[in-house]
Amino acid sequence: MSDDRAPPATASWDQEPLVATRYESGAIACPGHPLGPEGTQPVGTVDLAEHTAQVVTWTTSTATPPGVREPNHLAIVEFEVEGRSVRVLGQLTTGEVETGDEVRPIYVEELREPGVGIKDADGPQAWDGYRFEPVE
Amino acid sequence: MDEPVAVIGASMTQFGQREAWIQELLAEAGAACLEDAGVPPADVEHVYAANMASGEFEGQGGVMNALAHDLGLLPAYSQRVDQTSSSGGAGIYAAWQSVASGASEMTLLVGGEKMTHRTTGEATDVIASITHPAEYKHGVTLPSFAGMTARHYLETHDAPRESLAKVAVKNHQHGVDNPNAQFQKEVDEATVLESPIVADPLRLYDFCPITDGSAALLLCPESVAREYTEEYAVISGVAGATDTHVVHQREDPTRMGGVIESSDRAYEMAGIGPEDVDVAELHDMFTILEFLQMEGLGFAEAGEAWQHVEAGRTERDGELPINTSGGLKSKGHPLGASGVAQAVELYEQLVGEAGPRQVEADVGLACNVGGFGNCVITTILESGGEAA
Repeated sequence: MSDDRAPPATASWDQEPLVATRYESGAIACPGHPLGPEGTQPVGTVDLAEHTAQVVTWTTSTATPPGVREPNHLAIVEFEVEGRSVRVLGQLTTGEVETGDEVRPIYVEELREPGVGIKDADGPQAWDGYRFEPVE
Repeated sequence: MDEPVAVIGASMTQFGQREAWIQELLAEAGAACLEDAGVPPADVEHVYAANMASGEFEGQGGVMNALAHDLGLLPAYSQRVDQTSSSGGAGIYAAWQSVASGASEMTLLVGGEKMTHRTTGEATDVIASITHPAEYKHGVTLPSFAGMTARHYLETHDAPRESLAKVAVKNHQHGVDNPNAQFQKEVDEATVLESPIVADPLRLYDFCPITDGSAALLLCPESVAREYTEEYAVISGVAGATDTHVVHQREDPTRMGGVIESSDRAYEMAGIGPEDVDVAELHDMFTILEFLQMEGLGFAEAGEAWQHVEAGRTERDGELPINTSGGLKSKGHPLGASGVAQAVELYEQLVGEAGPRQVEADVGLACNVGGFGNCVITTILESGGEAA
């Protein structure tokens, strides 16, 4: 779903999770940056939450930092949106995946326990986001 | 100033679990380096302390000031250099700039880190804090980036899992002859492949340890070097480059853009190519990084580095010995020290002081990687004076 709202004026990590930034060049990135590839301006946003993606690669991490689930299943996934590829890193709901699997985003209020690691619970770090679940 | 910058002294402390804190570690390597070069403290004009996270690890700031005071270098200009785990390489770049610009005729660089008093989880979190907040909240760690990248590499290039294990076996074998290495013991392939999974498909022995330690170099113009010694090394190329902060925003996870860009510039500055390098120290924080750097540096075609390792070409008696020091894998990885320690190994190789690790070499290359390739420094050293 495309959205022509004005791009976020604040830092990229204040964006809603899985809202990507579209730039003048046509590139789309999640998370976004104040300036895009080759210094192009952001011109809109794209909500990826209603799309499915493909697993590019994945791992199961068994040595996790304080406040992070163990094991922690992680993947880089790729969305195809408006004729562009957009890659996103996120947790998986399961370790039972293969490269190329189709996954959908599932919202989670806390991806890791806030404030247990080096960052303050009430600081600028967001703790919510999306895990990716295989589509049966 | 067009005069080449020389390295006339080098040292490293014992790497491993040390009782000394960061201030003591830095002073230990710094004092040993001055002694190695026979240069009195009063001659030092600039001093750089390469360190990633003394504040986060032990609540200690101002380490460059402490170092200058502890070694009697006052009133030398002092500066801390932080570029995450490429702080040491960035320190070389800063120290080289200080001499090449003419601002200093004698510059001491000391890189160090104190980490082992923290649990593995705490240390992992300090290091993971360099990631983008959108990555950090998922609990991503540098080892998990390595796991994802290794899977992609093996699947894309149809490389055997065993080829990664061979990197660990080789570097442990090299580390046996390094008295300052954290691990001075061999491991066999089966041990690597049966060790506990850390970030699938990578296992414990695919990763470097958490380490305390420091290393130092002393730099000056070549004309000044000749006043102190007949054998020295020359920094013929040094350059740095930056890749994306957000790792998944790279077009190809197995292509290290910072390695390619920094080495292209360093080769150009030195007037050489990858075929001219005799010995290399690569940032094998994870076994997969040795493959990716070999390819980024032009030592192997994309997707083919594993074949060179399988063929033994990167062993000490091979065509291009890689990580004769034992690498980060066996020697250890005190973050701010590692880039400096790479150059210490090259210096010893080029002036013929590497003992049982000695190889025939006139040109050495070090590649120091910050984050997961986020920042990279490539340094080329060549024999100078009578060592040439």
